[in-house]
Amino acid sequence: MAQEPHIVLSDVRKAFGRKHVLNGLDVSVDKGRSLVVIGGSGTGKSVMIKTILGIIRPDSGSIRVAGEEVVGLKGAARDRYLSRFGMLFQGAALFDSLPVWQNVAFGLIQGRKMNRARARDIAIEKMAQVGLGPEVGQLYPAELSGGMQKRVGLARAIAADPEIIFFDEPTTGLDPIMADVINNLIVDSVRRLGSTTISITHDMASARKIADDIAMIYKGRIIWHGPADTIDTSGNDYVDQFIHGRAEGPIQMEVLKP
Amino acid sequence: MNFLANLGRVVLALLAETGRVTLFTRDALIQGLTPTIYFRQIFDQLMKIGYNSLLVVGLTAFFTGGALALQIYLGSSRFNAESLVASIVALGITRELGPVFAGIMVAGRVGSSIAAELGTMRVTEQIDALVTLATNPFKYLVGPRIVACVISLPILVGIADIIGVMGGYIVGTRSLGFNSYAYIKNTVDFLKLDDVTSGLIKAAVFGFIIAIMGCYHGFNSRGGAQGVGRATINAVVSSAILILAANFVLTSFLFKN
Ligand SMILES: Nc1ncnc2c1ncn2[C@@H]1O[C@H](COP(=O)(O)OP(=O)(O)OP(=O)(O)O)[C@@H](O)[C@H]1O
Ligand SMILES: [Mg+2]
Repeated sequence: MAQEPHIVLSDVRKAFGRKHVLNGLDVSVDKGRSLVVIGGSGTGKSVMIKTILGIIRPDSGSIRVAGEEVVGLKGAARDRYLSRFGMLFQGAALFDSLPVWQNVAFGLIQGRKMNRARARDIAIEKMAQVGLGPEVGQLYPAELSGGMQKRVGLARAIAADPEIIFFDEPTTGLDPIMADVINNLIVDSVRRLGSTTISITHDMASARKIADDIAMIYKGRIIWHGPADTIDTSGNDYVDQFIHGRAEGPIQMEVLKP
Repeated sequence: MNFLANLGRVVLALLAETGRVTLFTRDALIQGLTPTIYFRQIFDQLMKIGYNSLLVVGLTAFFTGGALALQIYLGSSRFNAESLVASIVALGITRELGPVFAGIMVAGRVGSSIAAELGTMRVTEQIDALVTLATNPFKYLVGPRIVACVISLPILVGIADIIGVMGGYIVGTRSLGFNSYAYIKNTVDFLKLDDVTSGLIKAAVFGFIIAIMGCYHGFNSRGGAQGVGRATINAVVSSAILILAANFVLTSFLFKN
């Protein structure tokens, strides 16, 4: 029997009030693979990731990670579950009361109870991987540029060498060179740690570089899912419109409606 | 008809809010005050909440004690009962005005800052980030604030009692012509331990109210800077009102006989 994929979402639904954001979303990622999710703004990509982490509770549907149902986990079981994840938030979400190095080391110190000196060394090493020198460690998040904050968020996400990593728009706000450094880092985390990753991006260059598989989300469902190298020949009009960034096509932006 | 409908809506909203606060309080107690305990956070909060409120609470107490002495002097001189000034100032400060004024000042200073800080953390997803780092926000954020408030307020009120009585003493001896020795003797002889401890018990309850309301409104803020602003106002107003209400209830319990 083929092994069950590492992460499986089936028929996940979530509405905020009358607004149906996830409409029976099905997606899966195999262990050690990198899935990139693309899709327009406001289509529910961030919400999807948050349901997997249990930050947002789906209205219905099942989410299985490593063969276990995880919707509604509580208490210590939930903490244990979450300690397998790293997450880069779209807005970085750094703790602004803590200096940068403590942000990066947070999961090690609080989550894994590592002693501070060791956690600090690891934090500095991870910061170096995202192109930040040790002197940045003493600064507070408010003293950093947007792109630097993103990289600190990234360092925090990978600090504990997690089994599963989510990147919500890892390269937005970075210059093209740094974006490529980050792409390499994501590819490297998958190879070196064997992590399973889901990345959300609008940046097709980045998607092509980091993805093993690509899934496109539209109106709260996955409308296309396939190996990254077949995206140009998907034969799906929605996907074609998205990757070529055309205003005309089946996807009608709300602003264009008369 | 319309009026009744509106009234009904307000009552329902109030009941719903009460329910939510109750559930939040339960989570705060069950999750926030059980291990893991973040001692470093507790210490930080003690500094922020307790130590940094000293000046505000001290000044409030001083002027309150002074004004009280003046008023009681003016009132009691109508019955030639000026000798009561010292003891009534001490009673008023320790039983009522010390804890209530300290509570309200701290609600303004600390309740607002808790709500604003946690509210900002909520809307910038820092609370979600805590969760993804396998850290329970109730334990890391709410618990330490409750502990710090419940410890700080009685200490602050203890200090406020001393400063308030001192305010009365200074007004009494400098401008009302009381003999310094007699004023102190009057205060000490008359004051009972109960007067002070009842005030400290009140203070601990007020501290709990401030922490819970600050955390509750901060945790539930929505919608950016505006939402955080609203949360801050709600935290201060609701804790001030709850403090006054709790004070009334506690006074009627603590001084039954
Ligand atoms: N906590 C929430 N409460 C109410 N509505 C929400 C909440 N979170 C998300 N939404 C709504 O869900 C929809 C999808 O949001 P989401 O953040 O997942 O979009 P996205 O696909 O990540 O977009 P982007 O590419 O712009 O980041 C949006 O319309 C948003 O308004
Ligand atoms: Mg998003």
